[in-house]
Amino acid sequence: MKNWPLWEIFIRSKAGLNHKHVGSLHAADEEMAIQNARDVYTRRNEGVSIWVVKSEFIVASDPDDSDPLYEPAKDKVYRHPTFYELPDEVKHM
Amino acid sequence: MDIKSLEDRFNEKIDKDIRIEPKDWMPENYRKTLIRQISQHAHSEIVGMLPEANWISRAPSLRRKAAALAKVQDEAGHGLYLYSACETLGVERDDLLKDLHSGKAKYSSIFNYPTLTWADMGAIGWLVDGAAIMNQVPLCRASYGPYARAMVRVCKEESFHQRQGFEIMLTLCKGSEEQKKMAQDALNRWWWPSLMMFGPTDEASTHTEQSMRWGIKRFTNDELRQKFVDATKPQADLLGISIPDEDLKWNEERGHYDFGEINWEEFFNVIKGNGPCNKQRIDARKNAYDNGAWVRDAAAAYAEKKSKVKQEAA
Repeated sequence: MKNWPLWEIFIRSKAGLNHKHVGSLHAADEEMAIQNARDVYTRRNEGVSIWVVKSEFIVASDPDDSDPLYEPAKDKVYRHPTFYELPDEVKHM
Repeated sequence: MDIKSLEDRFNEKIDKDIRIEPKDWMPENYRKTLIRQISQHAHSEIVGMLPEANWISRAPSLRRKAAALAKVQDEAGHGLYLYSACETLGVERDDLLKDLHSGKAKYSSIFNYPTLTWADMGAIGWLVDGAAIMNQVPLCRASYGPYARAMVRVCKEESFHQRQGFEIMLTLCKGSEEQKKMAQDALNRWWWPSLMMFGPTDEASTHTEQSMRWGIKRFTNDELRQKFVDATKPQADLLGISIPDEDLKWNEERGHYDFGEINWEEFFNVIKGNGPCNKQRIDARKNAYDNGAWVRDAAAAYAEKKSKVKQEAA
């Protein structure tokens, strides 16, 4: 038998929060993937909504590209509010 | 990048406690060791359902039955988390199962012992799950990301298993003389196999040093075993039953309990396949797999048919 396709599972833990990756599982189709995700990942009220995505459709960045990808953000302190000096009299901004 | 600098970068991450993720470069031996360790762990969860399955329909009350069902279902879930973590290392689920069925892959030797009475459900939860928790909690910090994350989920769920087991023991120990005898008998039979769960002594353990270096093992077998004995002896006292070891004594100087010699011949014999239930367990797994083949095939055929219909409609 060939393995059933692998699915990545995302769970919204409660209304108002984003879906978060929790793991993966095998299932024949999307319907079964959701049912299995319910059984495997939400046995203790961990979720109110489930997304399933076939793993083959996930495109990931290459860890070897980390430097060129994320380095440019490191020296841009002026993107953070703390970079700007305010007189003490301004209490909240 | 050449192998040497890749290796240096890998070791630097390990030293800094930065997790290794599936797409990161890793030494071939690290990958192989992890596949062995994680799959063995996954198999243990799945085979571990079998000794308890027998007692679901024989539980003495609905409360106990619901707990037993939930526990066994958790174990199936834990097996699945771990198989998935293992697959991120580039192995197929089917190959992992084949290795279990052929005897090439191992699982925890404790599950090759029979569950003779209801008290065994108590002893297993209390001792076997207790020992498993000792082993697993440090693995939440394992260096391989998917493994560590799976272990976090497992540990969160595991503590109810131990508590429900202890509660069964406590109920029996507070019961009739006969019930207390059952609890003592279960402790007698499960104590030594539970100590064996931590694996061979540090001296005899071939993988420990390298695995500690790689951060996929955080304490040695003997350290964890000692922790388990220290934690469990007072619990046995509380239950009012005695651990079957004449050499078990508090050692003031060490600040630990001393305990007797483990029968290693028995341990290696069970690992080799000669325990009381090895054959029965593997046969049960193989039968489940073979008899479930038509379900897997039918689901795959249905999925294919549905996607064809969808394509034609588009």
